Amino acid sequence: MTPLTYIRASDRADALARAGSDGRFLGGGTNLVDLLRQNVERASALVDISSLDGAIRESESGGLFIDASVKNTALAAHPLVRSRYPVLARALLAGASAQIRNMATVGGNILQRTRCMYFYDVDGARCNKRQPGAGCDALYGFNRYHAILGASDQCVATHPSDMCVALAMLDAVIHLSGAAGERQVPLTDFHVLPGDTPQIETVLKSGDLITAVELPPPSDATVNSEYRKVRDRSSYAFALISVAGGLALADGQVAQARIALGGVAAKPWRARRAEQALVGRAPTPDAFLAAIREDLIDARPLSGNSFKIGLVERTMVAVLTALAGTNA
Amino acid sequence: MTKLQNAIVGGVRAVIGHVPASWLPGGTPDPLIDKRVALGGQQTRIDGPDKVRGAARFAAEVPMKNLLYASFVHSAIARGRIADLDVSAAEAAPGVALVMTHHNAPKMAVPPPIGMTNLKAAGNHTLPIMQDAKIRWNGQVVAVVLAETREQADHAATLIRVGYEAVQARTQFEEGKASAYTPDSMLVEKNRLDKGNAGQKLAEAAFKIDAVYTTPWENHNPIEPHASTIVWQDGKLIVHDATQMIHGTAGSLAKIFGLKVGDVQVSSPYVGGGFGAKGLWDHQILGVAAAKLADRPVRVALSRASMHRLIGGRTQTEQRVALAADADGTLKALLHHGYGVKPLHSICDEGFSLTGRSLYACESFDIVQHYVDLDLLANSFMRGPGETPGTFAIECAMDELAHAIGMDPIELRRRNVATRDPVSGAPHSQSAMMEAYDLGAARFGWHRRMAQPGMRREGEWLIGMGCASGTFPFMRMPGTSVRVTIDNSGDVHVASAAHEMGMGTATVQRQHAADRLGLPLDRVTVTIGDSSLPFASFAGGSSQTASLAAAISAASGKLVAELLRLAGNDTPLAGLKPAEVEFADGGLRGVEDPARNESFASILRRSGRAELSVVGESGAPLEIIKYSMHSTSANFCELRVSEVTGEIRVNRLVGAFDCGRILNARTATSQFKGGMIMGLGMALTEETLLDERSGRIMSTSLADYHVPVHLDVPDIDILWTDIPDPRTPLGARGIGEIGTTGVAAAIANAVFNATGKRVRDLPLTLDKLL
Amino acid sequence: MTICVNGTEVSPPADARVSLLDLLREHLHLTGTKKGCDQGACGACTVLMDGDRVLSCLTLAAQAEGRDVRTVEGLPGGSDDLHPLQRAFVEHDGLQCGYCTPGQICSAIAMAEELRRGDPSYVTHDLTAGTLVATRAEIRERMSGNLCRCGAHNGIIDAIETMLAETGA
Repeated sequence: MTPLTYIRASDRADALARAGSDGRFLGGGTNLVDLLRQNVERASALVDISSLDGAIRESESGGLFIDASVKNTALAAHPLVRSRYPVLARALLAGASAQIRNMATVGGNILQRTRCMYFYDVDGARCNKRQPGAGCDALYGFNRYHAILGASDQCVATHPSDMCVALAMLDAVIHLSGAAGERQVPLTDFHVLPGDTPQIETVLKSGDLITAVELPPPSDATVNSEYRKVRDRSSYAFALISVAGGLALADGQVAQARIALGGVAAKPWRARRAEQALVGRAPTPDAFLAAIREDLIDARPLSGNSFKIGLVERTMVAVLTALAGTNA
Repeated sequence: MTKLQNAIVGGVRAVIGHVPASWLPGGTPDPLIDKRVALGGQQTRIDGPDKVRGAARFAAEVPMKNLLYASFVHSAIARGRIADLDVSAAEAAPGVALVMTHHNAPKMAVPPPIGMTNLKAAGNHTLPIMQDAKIRWNGQVVAVVLAETREQADHAATLIRVGYEAVQARTQFEEGKASAYTPDSMLVEKNRLDKGNAGQKLAEAAFKIDAVYTTPWENHNPIEPHASTIVWQDGKLIVHDATQMIHGTAGSLAKIFGLKVGDVQVSSPYVGGGFGAKGLWDHQILGVAAAKLADRPVRVALSRASMHRLIGGRTQTEQRVALAADADGTLKALLHHGYGVKPLHSICDEGFSLTGRSLYACESFDIVQHYVDLDLLANSFMRGPGETPGTFAIECAMDELAHAIGMDPIELRRRNVATRDPVSGAPHSQSAMMEAYDLGAARFGWHRRMAQPGMRREGEWLIGMGCASGTFPFMRMPGTSVRVTIDNSGDVHVASAAHEMGMGTATVQRQHAADRLGLPLDRVTVTIGDSSLPFASFAGGSSQTASLAAAISAASGKLVAELLRLAGNDTPLAGLKPAEVEFADGGLRGVEDPARNESFASILRRSGRAELSVVGESGAPLEIIKYSMHSTSANFCELRVSEVTGEIRVNRLVGAFDCGRILNARTATSQFKGGMIMGLGMALTEETLLDERSGRIMSTSLADYHVPVHLDVPDIDILWTDIPDPRTPLGARGIGEIGTTGVAAAIANAVFNATGKRVRDLPLTLDKLL
Repeated sequence: MTICVNGTEVSPPADARVSLLDLLREHLHLTGTKKGCDQGACGACTVLMDGDRVLSCLTLAAQAEGRDVRTVEGLPGGSDDLHPLQRAFVEHDGLQCGYCTPGQICSAIAMAEELRRGDPSYVTHDLTAGTLVATRAEIRERMSGNLCRCGAHNGIIDAIETMLAETGA
């Protein structure tokens, strides 16, 4: 870690004012401190925003307004999250460990960086994300955890967050504050695919601060929702793949389906084709399978992760079948 | 040398074979086999309170004034040389006291290798360390930075610029197999065993299995990273180390730095997990060298990544097993061929091909293993070396054979269990594997297993049961010594440079000494963990307990003689010979006439002695040459496999062990469970990811190398036969490693029973089951 | 601002890079808190911050300013100086080498409070249930952030169950 200064921001305005060109906002630090210590990232100053007020409240529209500094634990335990957006509670609880969830903030979770081993190995591996133009050792290396959708020959990393998969499914909106004032970005537009610039991971601009996440009002398909994470170890492991699903039925047919996939791309992958294909269909495993295949038709597996296509299919079918059962 | 070794071992075996058993160690069964008071009990570990308080002090925690912190720079190529080295920015960085590279490192001899010929050697490899510009593996240390704080040292290390001239490195296993070498010996056995025309029997057999099994690179990953706090004092060297080879480390450091053995002190009272990894590696040596150059104390505390670059793991293996049997299950042929990696500079054997030589009677054998020489970090012993991967292959093959014959897998083993050594014909000292199976099967409920795979289901989960044998040889190390001191209040103090890394060493030897010397537990203390104490061999090969027990036993014999001598004629004991007395009630008494007795305190008081001290030593382990001495186990697993995701969840494990007598039921249970959980990790998740393009280990964090978490670990039942081994001290055999053996096979066999899928490649990740 | 460590006010280090873990171990010589990985992957460094379990390796010491930090050395003990959970660890042999132990203990003490509060876990079947049943699966999931390599898992869970039963949680 390079020498740096630590500043605790007194409020949001203070934080924005203090973030210099090489300064970084520090949330729970569960990812950033590690990245700094591994010299994957460098910063001259850390502006600690983890102790800014973190509240969760119902928005005027009946949705939920979550300050960025809310801890993962608090969000997962919140009664309205548990009852109206269970997919989000379950996704949060699937992530990391209790200790880390006690530290990690909502804003920081969104800005997690990939867990690609080549990204982390500063001294011994090539990584275009870390050093544009250097090359990608994951492309033909260990890429079991890597992307099958939306990757490029420059980068095949995945976004590791569980929470974001649920947020994508829920149509969450991110509130940003920066030099250009306040703005809002749908979570599904917040992370960007690698293309030729894998070092650019989000639409954040220098000095931008995530201030809050807003969930739209609950609906049948958010209340009847579930998150299933598939991993190599039963707990405390990143996802190989995950599925966030929500289902609303009417008259024995799918009224609305919400599906997002984790562990498959550089961003949480909203399976919109499947969602559209399912509307008006009977909620059968065959229908679910046919639907998700419409999204997976674009899948381009790597040397070590072709199993993910079938795994996504089966997990998605299982999640939606279970939801169809509870909503029957 | 290994041909010579074969000749020597063969010669000794021939001679010992004709020596009467009563002349050998264990010739007369240890009386403590039956006469137990504290032994066999449930004593909680004596270091438990300190450990739960966080008061047990580990190597990186020794306070030291004027301390410098070390940080390492590792090579990024596997083979070649350092062409440019710019350390100027690092040297100028805040707090930096020293940058050491091959340009300024002191002259150091190569580490003396671990082996039976020099018990004070602990080297895992025989390469020069920082003596030249050569790079020999990806991750080798190319520079050491010492600074006032850890943060400064770590940062300065990033400022060092290293340019390499790389040459083509040999890092591919598959490619290397073509030029694999075949060692003459495998530990103390001949590597190649060809007996009874196995090839023909395989060709003619009614039932045959012929399959290839693979296990990946694995790392020990103790939770305590390797660490040393090092200080030079008046030309003498003191190393507070995390080591399971205290004297080996001291002796090796003396050799490497040209010191007298007595001028090196290694202290290691607590080790935060070892499993074979906590031996002598480059970090201690470089730390000592840097401390010498800087003339200040140094703390080396390896990062998890540095551990993976400097501490060797268990080699990957590729094992072909072919079994042939009659319709009644009688084994006609056992073929076990395979490959592992062992660079020429590497010392530790992974003798997986030894497994099939002891477990089952068989008419013919065709066994040999080969090593691939690659430009990699030396490998090392890891819990149950050899037998852990070996039992995976053999015991999966046995399950496959049972399935092919249509026979219950336990029954197949019962029909073939060895009644004497299958290769040498030597008698077992004690062996009751099928009793372990019977115990385990009853507890487990084996009768509920469906022979046909895929028959049990709960929702999306397929349920399966499997079993497998485990085995590990008995070992007792020569030279291990204890000093037993009786003070003038009659209390007993036992001291030895033995190791505590979770086995309960002091706890159990305290029970032993109390029973041996006829005292209550609270009158015995045990001190271990420092090279200033009498020599103890390494904590490895599951040998420490037996070795210490033999030493205490020997010391007790000396004590009898000394006490009788001191007691003189003015004692109720007068006239009794050593063989006519026994320890009881904190003193000696006549065997025939217990009324003739005198306490230790009285004897010492009368003789004007403040204390009486003797040293006892574990002698040459000749018993293992005359007898076939192996522990065995029966492992049982019930698990479920998701039909949706292929995820495996283990519902329960049962391990039944035949390891002689159990000395402490509480700590033994823990050790068996610990071994089995390492086997569970091996089965399900553990895999060191070595990128064969670069020879670089990529899984250098505990987030990437998946050891089992709490939710992975089910309730485990542990049982034992508790049948004493009449040839061993206390009737016990070592228990540290056998727990790991056979578990992965039991799990893989249960997966087959659940799903009908036979996965022969570890770990059993879900993608292999989709 | 100072950091309150086991009831004692401590100045934060001058170097902002110092983690709470290194502050404890290297500056304050409170070495009961262990360093296992220094990257949030093992749980050995778990301490209680304002009562919540956190990883001290990923917490900069400066972030603990104004907070109450409790380590294994600061756990309230009974007559034998051991917290009931520490006593249960010894009794159930929930340890071998002892290195992950302080982290397991701190973690479990905070976990008991989370259970009492009714915080759900990934394996909680009904997320909206008001009260939780501390099944072994619940305890195991909640303790999965604390790795143990010796394999003391069964004893650790037994010890925690004993504590929960004793304290009626």
